[in-house]
Amino acid sequence: MKTETEPLAPATTEAPVVLPKRLSPRSIRWARRRKAFVRFWNQFRRNKMGMFGLAILVFFFAMAIVSIFSDKGRLDPTITTNGPVLANPSWAYPFGTNLQGISVLSLVVEGSRISLFVGLTASLISMVVGSTIGIWAGYRSGISDVVLMRLTDVFLVLPWLALAIVLAAVFGQNMWVIIFIIGLTSWAGTSRLVRAQVLSVKERTYIERSRALGGSDWHVVTRHVLPNVMPVIFANTILTIAIAILSESALSFLGLGDPLRPSWGTTIEEAFNNGALTLGKWAWLLAPSLCIVLVVLAFTMVGFAMDEIVNPRIRER
Amino acid sequence: MSVLSVRDLRVTYSTKGGDVPAVRGVTFDIDKSEVLGLAGESGCGKSTIAGAVLRLHSPQTRIEGDITLDGKDVLELSPGKLRATRWTGASIVFQGALHALNPVQRIGNQIVEAITVHRMADEREAFVRAGALLEQVGLPPRRINDYPHELSGGQKQRVMIAMALACNPSLIIADEPTTALDVMVQAQVLKLLRSLQHDLGLAMLFITHDLSVLVEVSDKLAIMYAGKIVEEGPANEVFHSPVHPYTKALAAAFPEIGDQRFRKRPSGLGGDPPDPQLIPSGCPFHPRCAEVTAVCPELVPELWDAGVGRTAACVHANGAPTLEGVART
Repeated sequence: MKTETEPLAPATTEAPVVLPKRLSPRSIRWARRRKAFVRFWNQFRRNKMGMFGLAILVFFFAMAIVSIFSDKGRLDPTITTNGPVLANPSWAYPFGTNLQGISVLSLVVEGSRISLFVGLTASLISMVVGSTIGIWAGYRSGISDVVLMRLTDVFLVLPWLALAIVLAAVFGQNMWVIIFIIGLTSWAGTSRLVRAQVLSVKERTYIERSRALGGSDWHVVTRHVLPNVMPVIFANTILTIAIAILSESALSFLGLGDPLRPSWGTTIEEAFNNGALTLGKWAWLLAPSLCIVLVVLAFTMVGFAMDEIVNPRIRER
Repeated sequence: MSVLSVRDLRVTYSTKGGDVPAVRGVTFDIDKSEVLGLAGESGCGKSTIAGAVLRLHSPQTRIEGDITLDGKDVLELSPGKLRATRWTGASIVFQGALHALNPVQRIGNQIVEAITVHRMADEREAFVRAGALLEQVGLPPRRINDYPHELSGGQKQRVMIAMALACNPSLIIADEPTTALDVMVQAQVLKLLRSLQHDLGLAMLFITHDLSVLVEVSDKLAIMYAGKIVEEGPANEVFHSPVHPYTKALAAAFPEIGDQRFRKRPSGLGGDPPDPQLIPSGCPFHPRCAEVTAVCPELVPELWDAGVGRTAACVHANGAPTLEGVART
């Protein structure tokens, strides 16, 4: 009888092994990942739409980083000595100023950080929740599948905005509340997609082989299932970010945003409520709106470009 | 003590259309350094037995009887013990190596997976062993960094064999290891399996529908029909002088090279294997049998004596009870 701790017998006598010397498996793995990334990047670079989207994103992320170091005092609405109130666009104030005399440009720059942060964090939550539920439902099947998928159905058919308004009203107007509301209401699509992918992956023979090897469910899922559904999750998440940013703007526009952290949606709401249109202060409204449109467009373009690379069915040869 | 001992194994799949008894009472033993060949048509329950030995079937599938592997009752093992037994007690060379390898992982990693799952060695040692295993199955160890698509079908099957050896199992289950390979590669893979089995003193359960392959590699042969073993005995004798009409039909289906008569009239077996849910009464083979007698539709045959070390579930077997109207062959 064998025990697990039995030392391995040499398979052959003195087998010459061609393992790269001085390389630990970990460093081999990293070298491999680097290579995979370079390959991905080379494909991505050739995609015009993707590169265009990426350029826009780089611009807005740079803007968000700048906003971290900018002087927050200029944005303080309690200080009324900011500058001319409701100024028209000029060299000093490229998009004019608002009711408190704060430069709309400063608001937009500040808003880029808030909007991107909310969008990214919310989709991260959505990705984790969606893939966990999707993988669980697909892999375990049976009763877990039924229960989790009905739960997904509930979140799919739930009128999202109504739910978000109720939750925001109950939990207060805080950025983190908004993040969780968006994250916890937008995972349903991801989980559906992931489950479908898992269902097809788990019937493959190498999954059965891995189980026959003595692998636990955790081992099989992390070693074989997750790497196979990862591209789908990734491409889907990029698209979710666009939706999350849009959702945040919608909530802020409805007055449910965090009043202390002016996102683009908050600026639009302020402009709209203070009659920017009737006063002819078009730039006040247009600047944040354009930002939203551009960022959402850019994420969508990058998402589609990545989908084209990772999804062999629509890959152009 | 035999490495694998199966007693009255019954496997029933539960489906939406009702229970499907795929294996209906199968008994066999495999000793150390012995090869048991299991043959039969598609759907007769061969691969189901392979899965049952390591309990790979879904929890809804009912497995009854006894399976003793290395003295351990497989059907009674706790999930943790079961996982520890898989691959260390018995490993499987899967049908169709093309699909049993993860296409996005290097083959080295997949062999290493088998070793590290059982914590038999750390990753570096495991890589060393994986290289040695590849060499043992006749692949240059540098192929360790290849992806499955960079290998040919025969090479992939060699990788599967290397993987099956990774944890020094006492039993290897070869589940149609040569399907989808061309004849030359088939011969190479068979030779490799046979020599490894011989050198390492492994017990092997060899499953295929190709009887001529089995004669090459097996010591003992068991022929299955509709979830039961219908004939068992030493490989050569069963193939060359079959007792059961089903075995005769299977053996006759292989052309004799250079035999002019065969070229004119290849023989085969008419009809289809029975639906596991609608197995004919009496002897399940009687609707297709060339030597059917009046008692066959009523009498369920058991494995009666049919010569030294041989049994057959047919009324024509020597050891069958004397019955009216049955001629002995």
